[in-house]
Amino acid sequence: MKHILAASVSVAALLLGAGAALADCGAPAGSVRILSNDFAALKVVADAAKECASDAVTVTANQTTEHKNIQGPALTVNPAEYTVAVVANNSIVPLLNDGLIRPLDELVAKYGQDLQPNQLIKIDGKVMAIAFMGNGQHLFYRKDILEKAGVEAPKTYDDVLAAAARIKEAGLMEYPLAASVKPGWDLAAEFVNNYLSTGAEFFEPGSAKLAINGDNGLKVLDLMRAQIAFMDPDYLTFDAGEIKNEYEAGNVAIMNEWGSMGGAILDAEGAVDGVVANTVLAAAPTFAGGTIPAAALWWDGFTIAKNISDADAEASFAAMVHGISPAVVAANPNAATWLVKGYEPGPAAVGVIANANGGARAYPMTPYMGLLHTALSTELADFVAGKEDAAKALADVEAAYVAAAKEGGFL
Amino acid sequence: MPHKTFLAFILPSIVAMLLFIALPIVSVAVQSLFVEHQKVLLTVETCQPLGGCSTETRVDSEASAKLRAEQPLGQFNGLGTYFNRAHLAFDEIGEILRVNSGLGDVAARIYDLPFYRALAFTLAYTFIVTPLAMLLGFVIALAVNIVPALLKGPVIFFSLLPMIITPLIGSLILFWMINSEGIIGATLQAVFNDPTLSLKASPVLTWATLFVYGVWTNAPFSFVVFYAGLQTVPGDTLESAMIDGASRWERIRYVVMPHLAPLATFVALVQLMDNFRVFEPIVGFSAQANATSLSFSIFNDLRNQNAQLYGSAGATSLLTIAGVVVLLMPVLIRTWREHAHKS
Repeated sequence: MKHILAASVSVAALLLGAGAALADCGAPAGSVRILSNDFAALKVVADAAKECASDAVTVTANQTTEHKNIQGPALTVNPAEYTVAVVANNSIVPLLNDGLIRPLDELVAKYGQDLQPNQLIKIDGKVMAIAFMGNGQHLFYRKDILEKAGVEAPKTYDDVLAAAARIKEAGLMEYPLAASVKPGWDLAAEFVNNYLSTGAEFFEPGSAKLAINGDNGLKVLDLMRAQIAFMDPDYLTFDAGEIKNEYEAGNVAIMNEWGSMGGAILDAEGAVDGVVANTVLAAAPTFAGGTIPAAALWWDGFTIAKNISDADAEASFAAMVHGISPAVVAANPNAATWLVKGYEPGPAAVGVIANANGGARAYPMTPYMGLLHTALSTELADFVAGKEDAAKALADVEAAYVAAAKEGGFL
Repeated sequence: MPHKTFLAFILPSIVAMLLFIALPIVSVAVQSLFVEHQKVLLTVETCQPLGGCSTETRVDSEASAKLRAEQPLGQFNGLGTYFNRAHLAFDEIGEILRVNSGLGDVAARIYDLPFYRALAFTLAYTFIVTPLAMLLGFVIALAVNIVPALLKGPVIFFSLLPMIITPLIGSLILFWMINSEGIIGATLQAVFNDPTLSLKASPVLTWATLFVYGVWTNAPFSFVVFYAGLQTVPGDTLESAMIDGASRWERIRYVVMPHLAPLATFVALVQLMDNFRVFEPIVGFSAQANATSLSFSIFNDLRNQNAQLYGSAGATSLLTIAGVVVLLMPVLIRTWREHAHKS
């Protein structure tokens, strides 16, 4: 009898345990429809969220690099096409501008036991998004080349330029530097990185008036031109993916590259001998005597659509919290620089963490930043191509921004 | 054919044309006259994971939504968008004409304005690529026409390849080939013995590369049309020309070319329109630093980081349509005159 009792208790415990494991994410009945960008870390999150699928919960995910272009219309319709939009600092802005996402405070109180305070993106006191990974551009350099040239690890842009000059003089490499300066999104991001490190603001406080057309803007452009002297002549066609290829081919000693590419660079695939073993990841350099690393901090997080039923919102939130749970992160430590509880940064995350510890600033979430980014992306082209001086370039950026901001209703 | 039957026959096409061609153009024209509402801005505290808290400006989405509900098109701006810096830039040009240091300065500064820069490349592309592609297509057609029947099939297939490949893919393939480590790029460096030679770096070489690509991809269309035309050249006339002692060149110049002239007008018309909306090679060749086109400007307005400028894109679209009309005018007038002459 005793044995039977013990056996039945353990069977019951097992069953309970299994039941708990199935409903681990605790998602109530509802439909979860995720829209996100398409890269490895987000795949991990979406796949984990899909584990919540049950008879009562359906989970689907559309992962596409076009997410930024479809999120607006898709969340405007009622009911929204997607219940979850995975966004970053820049892509949350249009959703906020049009009021397409809902405050999450109640859901955080109910399901957010595992969330850390710094994961909560608060706007006007309300939680509007849950961040789960960080990103940013930082230095990747080859310690073997620097050693051969007899230079220390670069900390400032003066060090970087001096090291590049030494490497070139020593005949180690013809074009030791690389950065993604292809006119378009990449070039503008490069300017934003450097400008943030001056400590100055992009806009006059409380208005959409541009404030970059001054000494700080000129200093940033001078720095960019100084770097270009050490870049491959094809630099105008180099985006982040292309400089990674150049680096892996052993053509580059120091580059400014996305932290999220760290994993792909440090794996053995695609690189010539000696590159991976000698690669060091470090914070972005500081510049002009400042102390702020020249890199914007980015986060990726999820938001919940406003135009959906409360039940769907609850199911979506619970499924996403499961998708970014400490257990999922612990199983995929190298997929990203996670912001989740219990995450131990791996070798690929060193650079982004160093940026954050160095006091790097976040990419601005101001509503008109996107217009400035676009103006920078087209109007700086002539400058980096060497056809225009810095003052003229900044004047052009301002003129293009003003025209766009007027049309956008900001000025 | 009775009028009624004719009407019943043509009506579906007219309805389709109105719905799918005329109506969208009208809608774009209307949109181009409007800009977005003045945004209602708030200053709020924002907290982010890695950067801490700061006060930032936000759009008051409720107030903005209310404005939009009242007037969905936005604020009426008249032709303001057409005249602003991103388009015709009348103020800027006035300023340039008032204060300048000579013609070269005027040209350089006007070229610096985004619309005129795009227009310059678009026109150069149209007027260089169209005749060269037609010429190349004609030469290929003449060559294929004398190839033995057995080889004709394969030769025609290979001549058509550039047209079969999607333009974006075709330009990407060529882009990789001209890379300094690609087959064409590396060969050019070896031939000119210049390790820094890059087709992607200088504006002149970028333009030249785009033109070569344009000729390559457009020639097959001319070839197909001219080749079809060659089959209709009257054999009697050719034979009598031969008996009169005309050389091969003289036969082409005085028999074949006059026979194909109406076809050439047709090809020119289609190619001018096609080339005026050049877009894919600029993306494929990552050439936006040195070359932009009107279509590329529209793309840029609609594929902003996060705010689409519909008014601006609409204005550029209408200016493009105006450009096409101006471009085709001489050809259309000529066709109409010929028509009037005959009837």
